[in-house]
Amino acid sequence: MKIINEVKFSIPSLSVNESVARAVVSSFLIQADPTVEELADIRTVVSEAVTNAIVHGYRNSYGNIEVVVRILENNTIYIKIRDKGCGIADIEKAMEPLFTTAPEEERSGLGFSVMQSFTDKLSVKSIVGKGTTVIMRTKLKCHE
Amino acid sequence: MNIDIKSADGIAVASLCGEIDHHNAKEIRRELDSFILSNQPKELSIDFKDISFMDSSGIGLIIGRHKLITECGGKLIVKNPQLYIKRVLKLSGIERLVKITCDKL
Repeated sequence: MKIINEVKFSIPSLSVNESVARAVVSSFLIQADPTVEELADIRTVVSEAVTNAIVHGYRNSYGNIEVVVRILENNTIYIKIRDKGCGIADIEKAMEPLFTTAPEEERSGLGFSVMQSFTDKLSVKSIVGKGTTVIMRTKLKCHE
Repeated sequence: MNIDIKSADGIAVASLCGEIDHHNAKEIRRELDSFILSNQPKELSIDFKDISFMDSSGIGLIIGRHKLITECGGKLIVKNPQLYIKRVLKLSGIERLVKITCDKL
């Protein structure tokens, strides 16, 4: 699918950068004219994926999180969030609602459920010791 | 994040203003836990009227406070969540655990 515009940025795995990622993605996507609800959904899924990278990917370490957002033809938004952290051994298990490896930090285990529900397509690729890549696609309604 | 807690006769309302994510959930948790433990309210409402963003970190925050206040003999109420916050609340099924109310305009 043809790329109309793209933003790429990298942030250190500091929790303060969760809001930075949301703000950059929101500003970039204004040109695609999303509804308030669509933008709220995208901000939420970006926040979930970046938080997962910080809390789980770089659990005992620090590193960078790469964010790529594209506006594709046909009003489709592509979001990629990648870390080079510890990776996920069992993706299927990690995607089960309410499953968390960090209950002591009050993680609800709903991150992937939110990403799945608030976008049209979610793909998670991970290699233990190498990192995790989350790709989401969502189609905006047309505003004529 | 701004937290304003008003309390009278064991009934308390904590009005939050700002965004709830993993980063600032820690601060809210600290403030609310400190209030619950020192005041032991019968009822604590968390007012979400001025919360402009919440991801699933907010769900962990609500469940954690629900557990603590229940242990202390009180109950937690979630008040005035905006439409997009309601979507996250609904997905979590938290309404089976905690009462969600809206003030009439």
